[in-house]
Amino acid sequence: MNDATTGLETLENSLLAEIASATDEPAIEAVRVAALGKKGSISEILKTLGAMSAEERQVKGPAINGLKNRVTEALAARKAELRDVAITARLVAEKVDVTLPVRQSPAERGRIHPISQVIDEIAAIFGDLGFAIAEGPDIETDYYNFTALNFPEGHPAREMHDTFFFQPDEKGERKLLRTHTSPVQIRTMEKQKPPIRIVIPGKTYRQDSDATHSPMFHQVEGLVIDKSANVANMKWVLEEFCKAFFEVPSVKMRFRPSFFPFTEPSLEVDIQCDRSRPGEVRFGEGSDWMEILGCGMVHPNVLRAGGLDPNEYQGFAWGMGIDRIAMLKYGMPDLRAFFDADVRWLSHYGFRPLDMPTLFGGLSA
Amino acid sequence: MKFTLSWLKDHLETVATLDEIVERLTSIGLEVEHVDDKSGLKPFVIAKVLTTVQHPDADRLRVLTVDTGDGKPPVQVVCGAPNARAGLIGAFAAPGTYVPGIDVTLAVGKIRGVESHGMMCSERELELSDEHNGIIDLPADAPVGTSFASYAHLDDPVIEINLTPNRPDATSIHGIARDLAASGLGTLKNTTVEAIPGKGETPVKVKIEAPELCPGFALRLVRGVKNGPSPKWLQQRLIAIGLRPISALVDITNYVTFDRGRPLHVFDARKVAGNLVVRRARDGEKVLALDGREYTLTPDMCAISDDNGVESIAGVMGGEHSGCDENTTDVLIESALWDPITTARTGRTLGIITDARYRFERGVDPEFMVPGVELATRLVLDLCGGEPAGTEVVGYAGHQPKIVSFPLSEVKRLTGIEVPGATSLDILSRLGFKPKGSGDVVDVAVPSWRPDVDGKADLVEEVMRIHGVDNIAPQPLGAHDAVNSKILTTLQVRTRTAKRALAVRGMMEAVTWSFIPARHAELFGGGQTSLKLANPIAADMSDMRPSLLPGLIAAAQRNADKGIGDVALFEVSGTYEGDGADQQRRVAAGVRRGTAKLDGSGRSWAGNAGPVGVFDAKADAIAALEACGAPVDRLQIEAGGPAWYHPGRSGTIKLGPKTVLGTFGEFHPRTLEGLDASGPLCGFEVFVDAVPEPKAKPTKTKPKLELSAFQAVKRDFAFVVEKTVEAGTLVRAALAADKKLITGVSVFDIFEGASLGADKKSIAIEVSIQPVEKTLTDEDFEALAKRIVENVGKQTGGVLRG
Repeated sequence: MNDATTGLETLENSLLAEIASATDEPAIEAVRVAALGKKGSISEILKTLGAMSAEERQVKGPAINGLKNRVTEALAARKAELRDVAITARLVAEKVDVTLPVRQSPAERGRIHPISQVIDEIAAIFGDLGFAIAEGPDIETDYYNFTALNFPEGHPAREMHDTFFFQPDEKGERKLLRTHTSPVQIRTMEKQKPPIRIVIPGKTYRQDSDATHSPMFHQVEGLVIDKSANVANMKWVLEEFCKAFFEVPSVKMRFRPSFFPFTEPSLEVDIQCDRSRPGEVRFGEGSDWMEILGCGMVHPNVLRAGGLDPNEYQGFAWGMGIDRIAMLKYGMPDLRAFFDADVRWLSHYGFRPLDMPTLFGGLSA
Repeated sequence: MKFTLSWLKDHLETVATLDEIVERLTSIGLEVEHVDDKSGLKPFVIAKVLTTVQHPDADRLRVLTVDTGDGKPPVQVVCGAPNARAGLIGAFAAPGTYVPGIDVTLAVGKIRGVESHGMMCSERELELSDEHNGIIDLPADAPVGTSFASYAHLDDPVIEINLTPNRPDATSIHGIARDLAASGLGTLKNTTVEAIPGKGETPVKVKIEAPELCPGFALRLVRGVKNGPSPKWLQQRLIAIGLRPISALVDITNYVTFDRGRPLHVFDARKVAGNLVVRRARDGEKVLALDGREYTLTPDMCAISDDNGVESIAGVMGGEHSGCDENTTDVLIESALWDPITTARTGRTLGIITDARYRFERGVDPEFMVPGVELATRLVLDLCGGEPAGTEVVGYAGHQPKIVSFPLSEVKRLTGIEVPGATSLDILSRLGFKPKGSGDVVDVAVPSWRPDVDGKADLVEEVMRIHGVDNIAPQPLGAHDAVNSKILTTLQVRTRTAKRALAVRGMMEAVTWSFIPARHAELFGGGQTSLKLANPIAADMSDMRPSLLPGLIAAAQRNADKGIGDVALFEVSGTYEGDGADQQRRVAAGVRRGTAKLDGSGRSWAGNAGPVGVFDAKADAIAALEACGAPVDRLQIEAGGPAWYHPGRSGTIKLGPKTVLGTFGEFHPRTLEGLDASGPLCGFEVFVDAVPEPKAKPTKTKPKLELSAFQAVKRDFAFVVEKTVEAGTLVRAALAADKKLITGVSVFDIFEGASLGADKKSIAIEVSIQPVEKTLTDEDFEALAKRIVENVGKQTGGVLRG
């Protein structure tokens, strides 16, 4: 072993020691420059190769290059090791408390009122049965609200409606707040030739206020007019509706003869249910009957008021309280709370904005 | 309409049970509202306490011996009632009896070691009342050993039906029996009233001056009657249906009212001065009625008067002055016909509800006017004695039955069920209709007691309800031939989408009253006379709302008053500009209160939510408009809004110079003061019906998407402008500098400071540039920047900030 060989070995040992003791990337870089930079210790030695004889180079060349390669490798290895350490340290430093709460998305906070939701549910069902949605004004004339619907002047049935009136105008005509959605039947017949299949959701008003009556409430009316629609069809439509709406495989309904001025024959409909559990109504089972809607064959006088010949056209109509069926379906006890806008009530009984009622996805899935 | 089972059986021969009768009544349209059936009390007997001794092991109990009247030795009963004493007569339940009030079937048992063979009951135990302080204590003459229920008249079930306004015939028990008999639940008894010959004429004459209000009047004098309490059977029936027995003469009128639906009135003949005149009341004429109240009449009411003045409010209530009492010896029985509409209106105006009005306003059977007098005469003679004069009948022209032409096929046409023609006619006959002829179309005479039946649809109803609605099997409504097309109108789609869009922004949908306090309406430009209710349900629900905002602000404040100050509410509903059908608008509105921002409210470790303000409302308004399909990129925002907003913190959203689509902002302090509301509040209203209807396009294909291959770049500019310059103007100017290359301009900083000058501000914008044909060179950018600066300078006077 000669001096030169001993020199290389010493240099290698010293460089490897420096590399091993480097604790960060700048230190490693400094070692690299000191060894392999332009004037680095290994670079300087490499420069001596040119002045050597071929024989000498044949001996020393591999030794010097070996040194260079080993140092380069050691540098890279240490560098990678240090980077791992650095990343680990950074990750530790960057740790946060993931249990800290985040803000709720606005879509989670927002709510759709049960009335709107139920109207959408009704539209989904009747849309499937080929009905369109019709609407009309809240402020009505006596003609559309009563006369055209076969309420004769002075008839006790008018009194039963507890109507809100406005002051008479110059002509003595007194507008009123519609007491039912039925005026839209006439407005529709005036505009549209049969066949007619519509449902009419909307606000209605009567002078009445307690836990189940409110001076403002919501009704949905249905109207079918063609040349053959009859009581049997009406029973089918209403049974299908109740099954779909209450989302039960079967319902038992009781059709009772009754009286409304605008239908003849007229019927009231009870639905069988179980009310034995407090605050809960189950449909399709039980032994209680609950009145749910009124219906009947459109009265010939109403058809005439709509410009239709009752010997040619016929049909049926029904009406029910949206608030009431919403209360029944979703177990809301007090109607007055519907109009109070208490955000605790809305948050509890309201629906999430993206819960869109559809038949294909289930009405209230 | 109330009646008892035994009373019904006066008119109906039937073996049907109470349950069958009740079920049938409902199914034929006479809806049973309530049945009060105490027949479960049959096993309870009247028994007498013979002795009482203290229970050996219980302070509060005593041991009784009780005579149950069955002839056997007295039984031993342990009893805790404080009023139990020797000699007491009460209601006894033997072992094996079900006691409803405690839901127990009694057995012989030991109570604290002493055997008890039954129970002396309290009223609560029999479910007669809530009385439970002691056992039932009957009068000394109560017959021991007999049924307590019979003694207390509890064995006759009371049925109450909810009568629809079209059925005057069912205001009588006879009429109800007729319906039941027609439905096959028994036979209607023959209750024909025999005429009773009178002696001489009734001396009091009747003159009808208002024949349009009184199509008939019958009057009969019975002399020499003795008026006292009516017999027990009559009193019991009246009490059972909730009437108070008064005297035999008055009780007879009530009896006939319910039995036959024929209201009557009785005058004390000695108190009637001269003859009776039926006329319109004079304006302001007063009468003291039988309820002890004085009523003031008007000429649209009908009165029966004599020389003393008004003696009776026709069809509604008799007068006190000529009423019968225990001293009455000569009685005038009135059975008349009154115009239903006048009777209804009079009763409503005067606020009088009587059994007579209830029947006259539905229409009583004209053909029973005279038989009504005869029946009453029979009862008066039976109960009070006396001698009848002849009946005076005035003004009655007789009844002309309505004839309805009835195609038998109509039943099938309207109901969908095949009922044989003979069956239909049989049903009608049993109800008293008289079909004439044969063939497909039959003339049907309507009985005098069914004024509600006018046309063939009414006859279909009669057939349907008696034949049975349950017999009609549901039949599918003809299916549509294709996939159902869009069923919602544009306005309905917008309403629905706007609701969902606002809810997605964290707002809750409220439904508030359409009527609001007048002062609230006035604050929002409403309050006009045509929108004021004449009869509001409450003083603060008087005016139709001109805006949804007052209701929402009040609702937000109500929540705040309950401690929930951060509230975001919206509503999509109607507002009223006038009372015309086309003056109801469809509006989407919302309010935010406190710190109810889009991202959340209140404090958070990640940053607190600040108070809501005009820009929150603006963002909501634009979101709602976008949901309604408004062209959001073409909206113009103008400073300022209606008077209820803060003038410097509100805006109006327009589409073109004329179409106002909405308003938004914070509220004027005086508005909030007027609504008793406080706190940071902002809100918006957008007019859903003002957004232009989308054009019907021939195709749903969207325009082709062009994506540039060149890199997009952003450049910042800051301009110093006068403070009055609106950012919107500056942004539009920058955008207009090169419509092809500039794809967007956003404002990222607003700065005001002494360094700029008191009336200046700096607006910093970021311009997004999308090269389309080639990568832009430095020169290209310089030229573009120059155009931006020039255009902004021209439009706003702004210069680049140095």
